[in-house]
Amino acid sequence: MKDANLELYKKMYLIRATEEKIRQCYPDNEIKTPVHLAMGEEAIAAGVCYALGPTDQVFATYRNHGVYLAMTNETDRFFAELYGKQTGLSKGKAGSMHIMSPDENLLGTSAIVASMIPVAVGAALTNQYKNNKRSVAVFFGDGAVDEGVFWESLNFACLRQLPIIFVYENNQYAINSHVSTRHGYRSLAGIVSRFDCPVFQSDTTDAEAIYHLTKNALRLQARSAKPVFIHLQYYRYLEHVGVNYDFEFGHRDKKEYQKWWKIDPVGLQRKKLLRFGLKDKELIKIEAGILNRIEASVRSAKQAPPANPNELRSDVYYE
Amino acid sequence: MSCAATFTMNKKHTITYREAINLAIAQEMRRDKNVFLYGLDVTDHKRIFGSTKGLLEEFGPKRCFATPLSEDAMTGVGVGAALTGLKPIFVHIRTDFLFLCLNQIANVISSYRYLSGGRVKIPLVIRAIMGRGWGQGAQHSKSIHALLAHLPGIKVVMPTQPADAKGLLVSAIRDANPVIVLEHRWLYDTIGIVPEDENFAIPIGEPHRLRQGKDLTIVATSWMNIEALQAADIMQKKQGVSMEIIDSRSISPLNYDLIYQSVRKTGHLIVTDYDWLYCGFAAEVVARVTEKCFSELKSPVSRIGFAPTPTPTARSLEDAFYPNAISIIKLVEQKLKLPKTNLSGETFYSYENKFKGPF
Repeated sequence: MKDANLELYKKMYLIRATEEKIRQCYPDNEIKTPVHLAMGEEAIAAGVCYALGPTDQVFATYRNHGVYLAMTNETDRFFAELYGKQTGLSKGKAGSMHIMSPDENLLGTSAIVASMIPVAVGAALTNQYKNNKRSVAVFFGDGAVDEGVFWESLNFACLRQLPIIFVYENNQYAINSHVSTRHGYRSLAGIVSRFDCPVFQSDTTDAEAIYHLTKNALRLQARSAKPVFIHLQYYRYLEHVGVNYDFEFGHRDKKEYQKWWKIDPVGLQRKKLLRFGLKDKELIKIEAGILNRIEASVRSAKQAPPANPNELRSDVYYE
Repeated sequence: MSCAATFTMNKKHTITYREAINLAIAQEMRRDKNVFLYGLDVTDHKRIFGSTKGLLEEFGPKRCFATPLSEDAMTGVGVGAALTGLKPIFVHIRTDFLFLCLNQIANVISSYRYLSGGRVKIPLVIRAIMGRGWGQGAQHSKSIHALLAHLPGIKVVMPTQPADAKGLLVSAIRDANPVIVLEHRWLYDTIGIVPEDENFAIPIGEPHRLRQGKDLTIVATSWMNIEALQAADIMQKKQGVSMEIIDSRSISPLNYDLIYQSVRKTGHLIVTDYDWLYCGFAAEVVARVTEKCFSELKSPVSRIGFAPTPTPTARSLEDAFYPNAISIIKLVEQKLKLPKTNLSGETFYSYENKFKGPF
């Protein structure tokens, strides 16, 4: 498991460092796209995506940087997209909130909460239709389950026994509204388990544990040919949108953050690797490599030509 | 006159609009195993007014299946299936239900390809039927083509003739883009010549001249073509007026050249839309004609459409709400400064001859 743990760490470090870089650059006002940073969520993005098979497909939310980086390990086109450049993933048409990478099976992310859930179920329908053994993972938060379309999608996936993993990431806040002000039931896992859908639940921030949990979910799914629901927790360190902390506004208590910071997924994983016998020096070298890559990506994104106005009208229709 | 006679030319080779839809779907499902059809009640004993008849039996429940109501999620399912290589046809028995799909249509379908920078395509077909008559009322009667056509990235068609019902649906299914097909319930019993040829397709975006004329141009959508054709017959007979009728067939995209040519020839334009007028398709057509043909117009452009109210239920209110051949005749008289047309002896379409009871 040492190699897997190192891979998980590399993914998480890449995510954390990329978002730290965004935080550092954002005040320059050159990244002109709303950013919803996922700091605190890294173990879920890394753990789930690393467990997926090479052809499995993923859909996610507007808080998508972690999933994108975990799926692609790519920062050049990513930063170019954030900087609104011609060399960006979608030539500047997507920005942060709609990032996708179909070639690497990240098929969609969306700024409308819950709107990718039924789309992911549709991809699962294709996989069942073609009997190609692919699975689909769809990420969504505790806000998404307030939407009717979540329940419609869960119902249909269970009805048709579609090969999909629902990845529920509870960070307790939909923008700034706490889950206790929105959910009129005691246990989401309890309700979902009454559907024809096994539920795996954990509140760990240990990427390895999430990786194993996802592997188990995938195994069960392959065996039972049913959707599986993974119920996870994390804490969003920063404000809903933007690069800052928001504890001074009083809607959430800094003590919450301090509690979660003690089990920060990136820090936990680093300590684990040291326990496994990796040297601090080795880790620093790996981290430096990742940081250099990010720096190079930002540099080339800044130098790239802006998104081309001649491209404004292309890609509306397939011609 | 009954509308069923309108497109009859040679009864031996004619089929109904519903059969034309059915034929298009069956042929495309045979041709391409990735095509599948789904929606509420597509497999029940009524089979969406007969348009999905035989599909379950021929293609099985994998390729033709009923769904929970869940219009929002079922639209997303179509998007996901289309995104990953299938060609879904999603069916709604009433157009009004599309409002439950509007988040997916407007926020996801419309922009998916664009946001991907051209890396994905969504070959999804959504069929929906416009209801009318027997008190369909405010929630079973909308057309909403203008609203849908307002969104970039989506194609919208409204076939009127049986041949178009087949040809446009074939084009929609083969298109790599999302296409919404709006069918009028009253057209289901019209009959016309429909080529059986598998390769027969009507290109999306091309209007069709239903009637040649020289005195006045009518651009019509869906059922309003039937009303316009009758109005034109009467005006020819009673007033010697020659009306040209252009069925737009497509709403978006639409090649306006045929419309411009016609208006340049006649100098008079009436758009008879099957919708409310405010911010509607008729407004789009008259705006474009005014931009392109201003100096050739002999009278101000005119529009006919629904009364600006929700759709009422009682027959007498429906009659006042929907425009018809008579409203068209009156407007033509006004525009061309004609005396009042003698309508005695004319029979106008009455749905009760076709439908009774709930439908």
